[in-house]
Amino acid sequence: MTLLLNIALDGVAYGMVLFIIAVGMSVTLGLMRFVNLSHGAFAMCGGYAAALMVREAGFSFWLALPLAVLATGLAGAVIEALVLRHLYRRSELDQVLFTIGLSFVLIASANALAGPQVQLIALPPLLAQPVDLGWRTLPAQRLFVIAVGLAVAAAAAWTVAYTRFGVWLRAAVDHPDTAATLGIPIRLVQCASFAAGAALAGLGGVLGAELMPLEPYYALKYLVLVLVVVAVGGMGSISGSLLAALALGTVETASKYLLSGWGSLPFFLAMALLLAWRPQGLLRR
Amino acid sequence: MPQTRDLSLRTRRRAAFSTAGLCALLLAAAFGASPALAQSASIKVGIVAPFSGPFAHYGTLFRNGAEAYVASQGGKLAGKTVEFIYRDTGGPNPGLTRTLVQELIVKDKVDYLGGFVFTPNALAAAPLAQQSQTPMVVFNAATSAITDRSEFIIRTSYTLWQVTVPLAQWASKNGIKKVVTAVTDYGPGIDGEKAFKSEFAKQGGTVVESIRMPISTTDFAPFVQRIKASGAQAVYTFLPGGPPNLGFVKAYNENGLAKAGIRFLGTAETDEYDLPKFGDAAVGLTTAFHYSAAHPSAANQKFIAALKARDANAVVNYAVVGAWDGMHVIHKMIEATGGQRDGVKAIAAVRGLQWESPRGPVRIDPKTRHIVQNVYLRQVQKRGNELVNVELQNFGPQIDWGLDK
Repeated sequence: MTLLLNIALDGVAYGMVLFIIAVGMSVTLGLMRFVNLSHGAFAMCGGYAAALMVREAGFSFWLALPLAVLATGLAGAVIEALVLRHLYRRSELDQVLFTIGLSFVLIASANALAGPQVQLIALPPLLAQPVDLGWRTLPAQRLFVIAVGLAVAAAAAWTVAYTRFGVWLRAAVDHPDTAATLGIPIRLVQCASFAAGAALAGLGGVLGAELMPLEPYYALKYLVLVLVVVAVGGMGSISGSLLAALALGTVETASKYLLSGWGSLPFFLAMALLLAWRPQGLLRR
Repeated sequence: MPQTRDLSLRTRRRAAFSTAGLCALLLAAAFGASPALAQSASIKVGIVAPFSGPFAHYGTLFRNGAEAYVASQGGKLAGKTVEFIYRDTGGPNPGLTRTLVQELIVKDKVDYLGGFVFTPNALAAAPLAQQSQTPMVVFNAATSAITDRSEFIIRTSYTLWQVTVPLAQWASKNGIKKVVTAVTDYGPGIDGEKAFKSEFAKQGGTVVESIRMPISTTDFAPFVQRIKASGAQAVYTFLPGGPPNLGFVKAYNENGLAKAGIRFLGTAETDEYDLPKFGDAAVGLTTAFHYSAAHPSAANQKFIAALKARDANAVVNYAVVGAWDGMHVIHKMIEATGGQRDGVKAIAAVRGLQWESPRGPVRIDPKTRHIVQNVYLRQVQKRGNELVNVELQNFGPQIDWGLDK
């Protein structure tokens, strides 16, 4: 029984990190139909920004976190407005090639700026302390990640379904020309969505730094995991990403508890089976 | 464009002169670049290590140790200048290592090979060293079987059997009867697990569970929970340096294992490169290892001074010592062969070589070509503002128990 509880708790914590990073990509891929393989690089930028702010500038973690997220969102908006908007009409291959190139540029920049070693984000005492749940101890940071993940899921779902921006977004994706005729500012919607996706990636990078260490190759190393979550969850579906992230996170954690000699095989096997069962994703939008 | 037979005499003459000139230029370049005509007193040492990627610090540590050694000997070894050729493997990459070593031997014509952080890389290079009769000094890779792969391999680092056997004996003598092993699932990790299990069983203890962690793991919480649930009194662990090591020790602290009374029995985990990153949580961790920067000996003080003279911020750890002692062995090989390329003579000369290393007295075992050295029991303590591995006990000279079966 303890084993199942452990698997559930650790699986949900890991899944939440995957979800926070993946939801931004689900938005750009599914809602904007833009293949953005530099998403991992934005997550890395957010993490690096927070690490450098805490270590070099001496900011507190609680200040560095929102600042890093904002900075990543801003960087995303700038890159989108200057460069990426020209790629929306281009073929998927062009988008893939460009964004992978962008990832490499960001990897090299991170290496040149901060060196190849792992960047640690010093957690505040509130998050670093172990929390005793009775049957086990857990670092408080994991509970924080789960809470933030749920908040992000709720906020994203509410934004898309109940706000004017959400309406604009869905209209702009389904019928861009008609939407433009109706006065919806298409460029603003695209830029804001991409910026939001990048900001969420940055948030995931900071929160996930305990599980996925920040080093220059982060951008490509964890991209596969994010792509798997987005593909299995269904492109464009926020609840799908959540479900997929939690399911795959639990599978990965369970395999560490029960079948550690098999490495990542169960994770990818689960991916293959889920995609074979639902090729469009668990919850297609 | 005019056909060749229509070219005027002047054009043809011009063409002939330029061709001749080009040939002359090429010949001059070939001779100029030919190593045979370059100064013959220079000994070439090819160092193969990661200089980029997550393990890039090893490359820097090797470079620091090797170059500091040459500087400490007055810039020349046995009267010969040493030219280092560094090649980047990027990490565990046997295919690339094979290509790089092949280039070093065939194109750069190195006299000695050094470096090798990862076991798969060392194993990939072994047949090339054997075939070309190039002495290969392993500065780090710790799996026992490596020195068996070629007669031309000398190792100046350590093996898991060498440091784990005395640790198992100490654990048993100190009332620890049940241990769980948690190692990374690759060569040295499995060596460490086997070594601990076999020695601990000989001492009458039991290993209640053997956990193998995939090499790509970043989230160690599940493994730490398994360790807690195993009911053991201590955990024996081995992980490669860098992110995995950091992650595991952090997970050990954050999940309350020390509070639950499960002792930490490690080897390389508290090495001086990672140690400062753990913070005060690392105080009290027990390890058995062959080198601590806090080793109180004159040779060690000289070694540290030589390193700091080149770079005041240099890290002093077992990888640097491995390179330093490795260069000492190469120094003796150059002396014995008079600077000539003779792999057989070189290896024969250093079998049984004894000297005082910064780590303590050492010698090269004539049978296994592996370094025999003291292994110490250390504990992490805070001295001033720094965390250091304080040597509590000297287990005496240990051979490579993995090869002595």
